[in-house]
Amino acid sequence: MSDASIDVKAETRLDLLVNFWKHFRTNKGAVIGLYFFIGLILVAVFAPLIAPHSPIEQYRDAFKAPPVWMEGGSWKFILGTDAVGRDILSRIIFGSRYSLFVGVVVVSIALSVGIFLGLLAGTFRGWVDTIIMRIMDVILAFPSLLLALVLVAILGPTLVNAMIAIAIVQQPYYVRLTRASVISEMSREYVMAARVSGVRTPRLMFKTVLPNCMAPLIVQAALSFSTAILDAAALGFLGVGAQPPTPEWGTMLAESREFILNAPWIMAFPGFAILITVVAINLIGDGLRDALDPKLKRS
Amino acid sequence: MLRLILKKLGLLIPTFIGVTLTSFFFIRLLPGDPILLLAGERGVSPERYAELQAKFGYDQPIFMQYLDFLAKLFQGDLGVSFSTKQPVVQEFFTLFPATVELAVCAIVFAVLFGLPAGIFAAIRRGKTVDHTVMTTALVGYSMPIFWWGPALIIIFSGFLGWTPVSGRISNMFWIESTTGFMLIDTLFYSDEPGAFMSAVMHLILPTIVLGTIPLAVIARQTRSAMLEVLDEDYVRTARAKGLSSFRIIGIHALRNALIPVVTVIGLQIGVLFAGAILTETVFSWPGIGKWMVDSIFRRDYPVVQGGLLMIAAIIMVVNLIVDLTYGLVNPKIRHTE
Amino acid sequence: MRTSRKLLAGVSLAAAMLAANSAFAAKTLVYCSEGSPEGFTPALYTSGTTFDASSRQVYNKLVEFKRGSTEIEPGLAESWEVSADGKEYTFNLRKGVKFHTTKWFTPSRDFNADDVLFSFNRQRLKDHPYHAVSGGTYEYFEGMGMPSLIKDIQKIDDYTVKFVLSRPEAPMIANLAMDFASIQSAEYADKMLDNKELFDQQPVGTGPFQLVGYRKDAIVRFKANPDYWRGKAPLDNLVFAITPDASVRYQKLKAGECHVMPYPNPADVADMEKDSNIKVLRQEGLNIGYMAYNTQQPPFNDVRVRKALNMAVNKQAIIDAVFQGSGKIAKNPIPPTMWSYNNAVEDDKYDPEAAKKLLEEAGVKDLQMKVWAMPVQRPYNPNARRMAELIQADYAKVGVDVEIVSYEWGEYLKRSSDKDRDGAALLGWTGDNGDPDNFLGVLLSCDGIGGSNRAQWCNEEFESLIQKAKTTSDLAERTRLYEEAQVVFKREAPWNTIAHSIVSEPISVRVDNYMIDPFGGHNFYGVDLK
Repeated sequence: MSDASIDVKAETRLDLLVNFWKHFRTNKGAVIGLYFFIGLILVAVFAPLIAPHSPIEQYRDAFKAPPVWMEGGSWKFILGTDAVGRDILSRIIFGSRYSLFVGVVVVSIALSVGIFLGLLAGTFRGWVDTIIMRIMDVILAFPSLLLALVLVAILGPTLVNAMIAIAIVQQPYYVRLTRASVISEMSREYVMAARVSGVRTPRLMFKTVLPNCMAPLIVQAALSFSTAILDAAALGFLGVGAQPPTPEWGTMLAESREFILNAPWIMAFPGFAILITVVAINLIGDGLRDALDPKLKRS
Repeated sequence: MLRLILKKLGLLIPTFIGVTLTSFFFIRLLPGDPILLLAGERGVSPERYAELQAKFGYDQPIFMQYLDFLAKLFQGDLGVSFSTKQPVVQEFFTLFPATVELAVCAIVFAVLFGLPAGIFAAIRRGKTVDHTVMTTALVGYSMPIFWWGPALIIIFSGFLGWTPVSGRISNMFWIESTTGFMLIDTLFYSDEPGAFMSAVMHLILPTIVLGTIPLAVIARQTRSAMLEVLDEDYVRTARAKGLSSFRIIGIHALRNALIPVVTVIGLQIGVLFAGAILTETVFSWPGIGKWMVDSIFRRDYPVVQGGLLMIAAIIMVVNLIVDLTYGLVNPKIRHTE
Repeated sequence: MRTSRKLLAGVSLAAAMLAANSAFAAKTLVYCSEGSPEGFTPALYTSGTTFDASSRQVYNKLVEFKRGSTEIEPGLAESWEVSADGKEYTFNLRKGVKFHTTKWFTPSRDFNADDVLFSFNRQRLKDHPYHAVSGGTYEYFEGMGMPSLIKDIQKIDDYTVKFVLSRPEAPMIANLAMDFASIQSAEYADKMLDNKELFDQQPVGTGPFQLVGYRKDAIVRFKANPDYWRGKAPLDNLVFAITPDASVRYQKLKAGECHVMPYPNPADVADMEKDSNIKVLRQEGLNIGYMAYNTQQPPFNDVRVRKALNMAVNKQAIIDAVFQGSGKIAKNPIPPTMWSYNNAVEDDKYDPEAAKKLLEEAGVKDLQMKVWAMPVQRPYNPNARRMAELIQADYAKVGVDVEIVSYEWGEYLKRSSDKDRDGAALLGWTGDNGDPDNFLGVLLSCDGIGGSNRAQWCNEEFESLIQKAKTTSDLAERTRLYEEAQVVFKREAPWNTIAHSIVSEPISVRVDNYMIDPFGGHNFYGVDLK
């Protein structure tokens, strides 16, 4: 009896996945984004093998060498070098690690804490709900970047602190989403039935309610993955994110600002890397939303 | 309706208290001692240090400092800037119009281009136009604006020389601040010829940079709202009745699609403020965003604290207004919270 | 009506530019300044940006630095006498000096002794009605030791003032030429008793320019003082266009939107020199960038270790990469533009092999140390982080492992002055009054340990030399003492003296007779536009 039910479950999960992939595949943009993203992961993992140079080695005979296609460029430094003679291509390749890392960490923190708080608020209601939601309101009352900036100023300017700050400012979206889903799910018949049959609350929350509100959370996760990368780079740009010589893209942008006129390539490439990465992730996000959440389709 | 307003206001009070607590205690947590910053490389003697601490009230217990802060807040006093020694409220209101001017222009720009683009894409759904608009919108939506700004400066100011690099107006002009809005001051309160044009030229690039993300969001939202409405029965009926598509779109579809779009525009204010921080930094725009960033780096406690509070208060009020107008426009919302 | 006319005038940008030019037939010089002035009473503030907009244009001092030099010349005091014991300074004030007539104030009398008394007593006397106004912190007055030094200031008659000191102090005259000693109007202050804060925001001085208006983060506008006692400035208007971003300032200079810009990106200077519309002026700055060892902690208490580490650093590479050419290798703790600079001193040569040997000799193996990098940009160190990275790479070659640490600026200043600080700290100093005591006394005296003496270094021989020089008023004798002190300093090597910056100021070729100020200020009296 029980074995059979597990089989059925597994089968439906597989079906769901197949079904999801079918939907997802029809969205060409999303597939392109996915391929790019996979490529980026590979680049990040194999960075030491791919990068032509060390990202922090300073070639003192080649300060601000232009990229290969410009006058004075060479194949040694395909995208040129920065102010202290570091190879920009290698720095961008290694930088992909930081951006992915930021995205993964921020989303994991925000998602897990957010789900937990949202479940608490949605299940218990009452004063627990009030306190959690008012705190979220306070966070939302500040512009996210400003709040993150102040938080990093408090915690100290490092990449880890930047990630914590960004995770905190993104928290409310997850909490609100989870709470709203939980509240609407709780009034459904299957939950009522489970309650009546004496299933305990924690079990109910995690095993029954949560899986049913995963779809919007996954979409939100994709969205905040790209926001996290942008915000971390913005903090780096303002000088409080990752610190030099870390080849984080935003930090590279900040370091290169003074060369905007006489060596624009130092600034051009890290920014471009941020842009295409974020575009790719947003493409995936759009695809996920279309495939997972028919209600939100096309928006 | 009144009950709704009261309820929303009631919700705002704890949030506001939370905001005062946050801005007050955050600043106390900032590492770095403003007194030491004041002294610089020279350093400061312990006696002098104690004297200055007493002067700024930092020798009081933190709870007393908070009560003092609240008491002054209700008298409209947010303290005095460490660096300029001028009242924070006064500084805020001298700089605020610059940010508002930029933000309004950015929103107008975003609506002006975002709405038609979204409508156009919806009508030509699946066609090249649609794809182009949506791809562009996605790129715009993903844009790191701290890179976008410098990139535009390189192209339009550096290579082409079309636009000025930064600031609000050419420094050939001395415009007395009457309203604080440069466009209005130059147009109505100043006699200097060419000043208005100069102000306009200075606004172009910052407007584009700040408006890019809202534009993309509005285009995407308009498109999907339009698509939904175009699918509705009454629009199909209208089409079947042979009404021209211009009329259908103009009267039926657009009007209904506007509701969610207006909300989106309202909700962009927080995003705009965040964007203003970066845009103002890039263009040396003398507004609130740049003021905050500078003050954070300068450890100007009273300014950061007061600025955070004022900005949060403004965002809360604007969101409340958006909320209420939305409730007014769409009665369904009232009952479902 | 008015509006439509203006709209017509603004149909095209070209028309607008044309109109703008004709509207300003008067000579207007635009200076792209790097930041907003904090206020207009110099004594309240410490930043050069604020002094540029206040003391250097709007006010005069009793004695002043000659334009473009560190030499003293008479200002509002025509002459002065020092008593035999060096404790009494009597100033004879200039007659017929007019204060500015502005929108907010019309003076009824000329400058006199009351103004001098007001300007100093505001800072000195805690019960003065203006003492607590606008924050009431007088960092320079305090920092230069004035409260304990000045015992009394007496008005002998309307045009004679006597300063009584508690001890003889040779640098006193130079101190009175500093920005905090700017003379403000006592009559104006009396009039503003009901609104004292405004006194500090709407300045009235005797200087060559008077304030027209200021808009925060945007613009400061001055016009020439028609009654200036040295004669009206050749310029009619002076505009500070506040432009914090250096590359933007350069853009504006290129576009002719400004005529003088401070602090160019070193990277841009070569480019600027190629531009036929731009002239780049250069001068060594009055500063020193150094790395201070903690001489009280092993192994840095061993002079051999300090010498070895000095020899391991390739300073030329630092000049190239960090200063990008806008710097000069430093060998002494004072800059070459300062009197008593000892050119005979020889620097520790860059020699990694010798450094390695010397370390071995000192019995130091596998040394791991911290190098502190400041988080801010300073003239004496435009990028401490980059400098630390270069030092890190250099030290790796002699087997020394470096960890770079940094703190928020206030924290950095505090922690780096700690006696038990672990590691060598990058820091520097910019001179205030052109006196060697302002470097050697502040940065290397025994009193400064746990404070501004970041090397925590106290050397008896050095100390007695500089203390003697401070109380001697004979310039030749002082010079000799300071020269000797520099020899002791180099032998003991408490610092690695890294660089003096070279100040570059790009100006438009239309600007005539502009001079770089050795103190890093920007003075526009005497400057003309072609």
